[in-house]
Amino acid sequence: MLAAIGVMIAIAVVVGVVLGWSAIRLKVEGNPLAEKIDAILPQTQCGQCGFPGCKPYATAIAKGEADINLCPPGGDEGVKKLAELLGVEAKPMDESHGQHKPKSVAFIDENICIGCTLCIQACPVDAIAGAAKQMHTIIASECTGCELCIAPCPVDCITMVPVTQDLPQWKWKYPRIPLIAMGTTIAPSPSGRGLG
Amino acid sequence: MPCAPILLEAYLLILISTVFVNNIVMAKILGLCPFMGVSRKLEAAIGMGLATTFVLTLASGASYLVSEYLLGTELFYLRTLSFIVVIAGIVQFTEMFIHKTSPVLYQVLGIYLPLITTNCAVLGIPLLNVQEQHGFVESLFFGAGGAIGFTMVLILFAGIRERLETCDVPTPFKGVSIAMVTAGLMSLAFMGFSGLVK
Repeated sequence: MLAAIGVMIAIAVVVGVVLGWSAIRLKVEGNPLAEKIDAILPQTQCGQCGFPGCKPYATAIAKGEADINLCPPGGDEGVKKLAELLGVEAKPMDESHGQHKPKSVAFIDENICIGCTLCIQACPVDAIAGAAKQMHTIIASECTGCELCIAPCPVDCITMVPVTQDLPQWKWKYPRIPLIAMGTTIAPSPSGRGLG
Repeated sequence: MPCAPILLEAYLLILISTVFVNNIVMAKILGLCPFMGVSRKLEAAIGMGLATTFVLTLASGASYLVSEYLLGTELFYLRTLSFIVVIAGIVQFTEMFIHKTSPVLYQVLGIYLPLITTNCAVLGIPLLNVQEQHGFVESLFFGAGGAIGFTMVLILFAGIRERLETCDVPTPFKGVSIAMVTAGLMSLAFMGFSGLVK
């Protein structure tokens, strides 16, 4: 009886010491998964998902508190990438958080701007240069197209301009092969050879 | 060391026997919970297989040491109890290790990772080791072989299930039913290995 208790205590102590040591050695700092998710998000910091920025949204996804289809700027492409990373099914965008639009940048009509600095305060990425009573302008390479500056402008001088495709941002298109559902008949081609 | 080739042959036979002939899932019908639960996606199946391999090999070695040097013949009634404690400790360690090295795998495995503790294959193999009076190295090979067999079957099964997703399965057989039928057929196929090794 005593031997049995002694043996079990010995096993428990050894296991406890090993686990305690590895808990200190293998401690995970921060959330590495949240950082991987953050890298996929478009970094517009627009807040359309309902979180104050891309990082908080990534943290919420990593914790399982938010769905993966709330990011309109990321679009379906972004949802697909997130689903792949997390090993879940991709789903269509949640339209209630906004619609996916082509990437655009804000443009300030400098003839109308009164230099009120309201848009500078609204910009989450500091892409607007200017000072009080001075004309403001947008640094196009920094602008993420989040549209947060449009609402505060008292004279409505900000418009969104779609980004035209030029050399620095041209990308290969994915090859697309049309899918044909099984069971549908394909009209035989004029040469008489069907596609099987 | 004149007997080294003979020993090597014996270890090889143990490996072949546990992987193919006495496959832990197909022949002994152990470890069915992860077999059914984590075989939906190939990647998760591979991860689960690797984690189980790691745990099972360590657990076989550790429980041999426990049963041989701590329990002996007098305290044999503590075998199951102490094995469970040792396995739980090893699984906990594996969980921390995977959390540190591969957060995505950690997320994918989810609840199944701590559930390796209750995977009866992991407890079954150390108990079989004692029953068949294996030595330390034999125990390790038996554990590793069983785990490799488990991983192989899990990966094969996950591959089949991924293909079944796109198949036109009759409605009453959809989901788990067709998976059960598939598992049964796989088990039948594995019976073809019987007689290869004792």
